[in-house]
Order: sequence, then C-alpha cells, then structure tokens
Amino acid sequence: MSEETEVTEKKSRSFKLEKSSRVSILFAVLCLLLAATCVGYAILLMVDYDYAITLLRVYSDSQIGRVLIGGFNDFLAQIKLNFIDKDRWTYLVKGLLVTFEVTFFATLIGIALGVIVAMIRSSHDKLEEELRPGFGKVLFDLIDNICRIYLTVIRGTPTVVQLMIAYFIIFAASNNKILIAILAFGINSGAYVAEIIRSGIMSVDPGQTEAGRSLGFNYIQTMFYIVIPQAFKTVLPALANEFIVLIKETSVSGYVGLQDLTKGGDIIRSQTYSAFLPLIVVAAVYLVIVLFFTKLVSLLEGRLRNSER
Amino acid sequence: MSVNQGEVLISVKDLKKYYNGDEIHALDGITNDIAKGEVVVVIGPSGSGKSTFLRSLNLLERPTGGTITFDGIDITSPQTDINQLRQKMGMVFQHFNLFPHLTILRNMTIAPMKLNKLSKEDAEKKALELLGKVGLADRANSYPSQLSGGQKQRIAIVRALAMDPEVMLFDEPTSALDPEMVGEVLEVMKQLARDGMTMVCVTHEMGFAREVGTRVIFMDEGKIIEENTPEQIFTNPQNERLKTFLQKVL
Repeated sequence: MSEETEVTEKKSRSFKLEKSSRVSILFAVLCLLLAATCVGYAILLMVDYDYAITLLRVYSDSQIGRVLIGGFNDFLAQIKLNFIDKDRWTYLVKGLLVTFEVTFFATLIGIALGVIVAMIRSSHDKLEEELRPGFGKVLFDLIDNICRIYLTVIRGTPTVVQLMIAYFIIFAASNNKILIAILAFGINSGAYVAEIIRSGIMSVDPGQTEAGRSLGFNYIQTMFYIVIPQAFKTVLPALANEFIVLIKETSVSGYVGLQDLTKGGDIIRSQTYSAFLPLIVVAAVYLVIVLFFTKLVSLLEGRLRNSER
Repeated sequence: MSVNQGEVLISVKDLKKYYNGDEIHALDGITNDIAKGEVVVVIGPSGSGKSTFLRSLNLLERPTGGTITFDGIDITSPQTDINQLRQKMGMVFQHFNLFPHLTILRNMTIAPMKLNKLSKEDAEKKALELLGKVGLADRANSYPSQLSGGQKQRIAIVRALAMDPEVMLFDEPTSALDPEMVGEVLEVMKQLARDGMTMVCVTHEMGFAREVGTRVIFMDEGKIIEENTPEQIFTNPQNERLKTFLQKVL
C-alpha cells in the first residue's frame, strides 16, 4: 500500500519536472539561437571586418532596423527620464521599504489580534455550559459580542475606507502616517486571521481537547499545548496567503498620503507625465515579491508535511 | 446486592444527565459506590448511557443533577478545581486521542511536566520505564501516526498512567481495534488490574469482564438494571433485559 502511494508520488513529481522542463528547453533553444548569432557575427567580424560592418549598416538603415534601434533608444531615454534623472528610482526604493514596513508590522498585529479573537470566539462557544452564571460570564458574553461586531464591521467594509477613517477621523490628531497605516492594516488583517485560525481550531478533533482535559490541563493549557499547534499546521497556507494579500492591500496607502511603492510610482508619473514604465515596474516589483513568498510558503508547507511522517 | 469492600473512592449519588432540556434522559438517577482496588466493568446495549456515565465521572460530561464524590470531595460543586482532580483520574478513549504533533515520549511527558508534577528528567525516566512495561520502549521517538492501533492504545494507557492516577477510566478501549490487536491491549489492562489499580471500564469484551472484573454493572436506558460479581451476572442473570443482552453478545 505504502509502496503504491510512493510510486504515484514519484510519477507526479516526474510529470511536474517534465512540464517545467518543457518551458526551460524552449528558453534554452532561444538563448542558443541568440548566442549562435552573436558568435557567428563575431567570427564574421574577425574574418571579414568590412563586410560585417557593411552588413550591420545595411540592416540598421532598413525600415525594421530603424524602428528597432529607434524604439530601443526611446526606451532607454524613457528609463533614464523615469528612473535615473533626479534620482527618481529612490521613490520606488523608499516606497518599497515603506510597503515592507507596513506589511510586516501589520502582519504581527494581525496575527496577535487574530489569535486572541479566535480564542475568545471559539472558547465562548465551547465553554458555554462549563461557565457558571455570574459576573465572569456576563463579561465573557460582552467580550464575545465585541469580537463579533469587530469581525462583522471589519470584514464588511472596504480596507481603503477603514484606512481613511483611521487617518482622518480616529487618529486625526496624529500625523504619523506609517504608524496609522500599520494599525489600520493590522486591525483589518486581524479579522481575517481570526476567522482563519478559528476554522483551524474547529478542525481539530474534539477528542484532542478531551484527552488534554482528562490529563488535567485547563482549557487555556489544552489550547496552547494541544489544539493550537495542530490548528496552526492546517491553517498555515491560508495564513501565508493572507500575508500575501496584505502586501498588495497596502498599495492603497497613497490615499492617506503615505509614500509606499505604488505612491512612489505615482509620484514619478506625475513628474514625467509617462504612465507606462512607472506602473509596469511597480507591478513587476509586486509580482516578484508575491512570487518569492509563494515559493517560500510552498517550501515551508512541504517541510511541515514531511515532519508528520 | 452490594459487593463493595474497602474504602470508597468514587461515590455517585442520583446522577442525572438530560439533553435537549428534558427530552432525552441519558442518565436517569445513577447511584453507585466504587471502592479502591475494584475493577468495575460497565456493560449494556448501545445508547444505554454507559459511556455518558463514565465520562461524567471526570466531568467530561456535565451532569444535569446529582453528585459525584471523589476522594471525599464533591467534584460536581462549582467550587471544586476539576483540573486538579482530573490529574488523579486517568482516562483512555475509544479512539486513543494521542497527540499527533508530539512524539510518543512527549505525549507521555507533556502533562506531568507542564503541570509541574515532575522535572523533565524524571518525567522522561518514568515514561521510558512505563513504555518498557508495555514493550514499546523502542518507539519513544516515533510519532503516533507510525504506530498500529494496538500500540496506540497501549501508549494511551501509559500516557494516563504517567500522571500517577488513583483511578483509570476506560471508554470502550478495544472497540476501535482490529480483532488481532485486542489481545495486546487487554493484556496491559489485566496487568494493571493485577497491580491493584482501581478501574472503571466500559467494554464489550465479556471475556475480560469475566476474568478481570470484580463487579459488573449492567445499564440500560440510563439506569443501572443489575450489578453483581461477574460470575453471578454471566451464570445467573436475574433481569430479563440482561438475559436478552447476554444472549445476543455471548
């Protein structure tokens, strides 16, 4: 039985290799063609210099050559204008750092808040009959209701609106844009993380809780030693996904004048009046970051799966 | 009727458990004393409330009414620290409920260590000793998913024993096992009984009840219908329902 599954696993792995290798073969062939042309032209240069130069002149004078060379020159000029003149690339680098800073701290707040809210929500339902009526129960009910309202409001309104409410209303007195953005995105992310973790907690077999309690652990100890470690494993991909979503979500920071990556591209655009390059580069940077973290998560997932065997 | 001797460890009085308000009577007034060193076997058809009764003993199931006294302390009283008392009541489940994210050794040491009963070294020493007793010392660093059902249940038993309980509660410990694995688990339980452990065991293993039990309780519809020594129960059943039940299972 186990041998069988191993065989199918190997098959699927080799299939994956085939798929990706097909792309890389295509790439390699293109590279080879380019290299062969270069080498061929280099040989031509050595054998008959004059002819090679004439050939180049004829081609660069032709219609296609002009378009290509002219386009390339334009392209270089555009790059120079948008990124090199007046050190405009620093808008992007500074913006990227702001994006990272906001995302990182917002994630921390989100996870902390999410774990707490998830614990309150899931334990409220489970402890319902264990709690005796009294002040503690009333307080617990109140806290649970606050959590419910938090989840409903945050998940029911757009992030941009929340960010603007945080900046223009709640923290109107402060001008620390980064801190306000961190708080707004952290509180926003916390609601989503809470629901992810709560689903993870609920997915753990109730027998695990019973076993923990029967050994003498109290509810909180059972949660921390037994349930949450198991829940965490199941929700890790979803949590990582939430982090990746958050990276992209921070692109609305510009609404409150915070100069993140997107806003950096925007500023360049407003100075150079060219939209194409700044926007495409900003998009490419987001894409590279997201691809990087996606790869990282899948590696982590694989390792977690292995540790279970 | 009473076949108790010795000091009473658990005293159950008029225990009731109702579901859906007043509709379903899972336990309908159970009164029983369990003495130290007894091996009480609870039998009965499914839905008779025997598992609910067992799970009530360490309050995994909150009774609707009645009292349970353990070691002279009323555990149903809201003032009692049930977590403290559960440390003295080991429990073994039908589905083992080992912690899949921990090694066997960690499974057995986490409770004694985190509840400040033993140091890491002492807990590990004790765990290895117990593992040796059930013949699984070489699996200390395995994960539960690498073990067979019988091995898992033996680990579950020693995990509970690692807390030094005064009583062991077994909730159908062999019902989820393949037939060829039942024997190895029953052997461990027999050894435990011979060592003088107080045991309450819900089971369908009539052979075990007859051989090891000091008292058999027959339950049906949330009530204790008949209780007696295994010999009397199996050779000379009084109640009609017990007779039909035994006809079906023996």
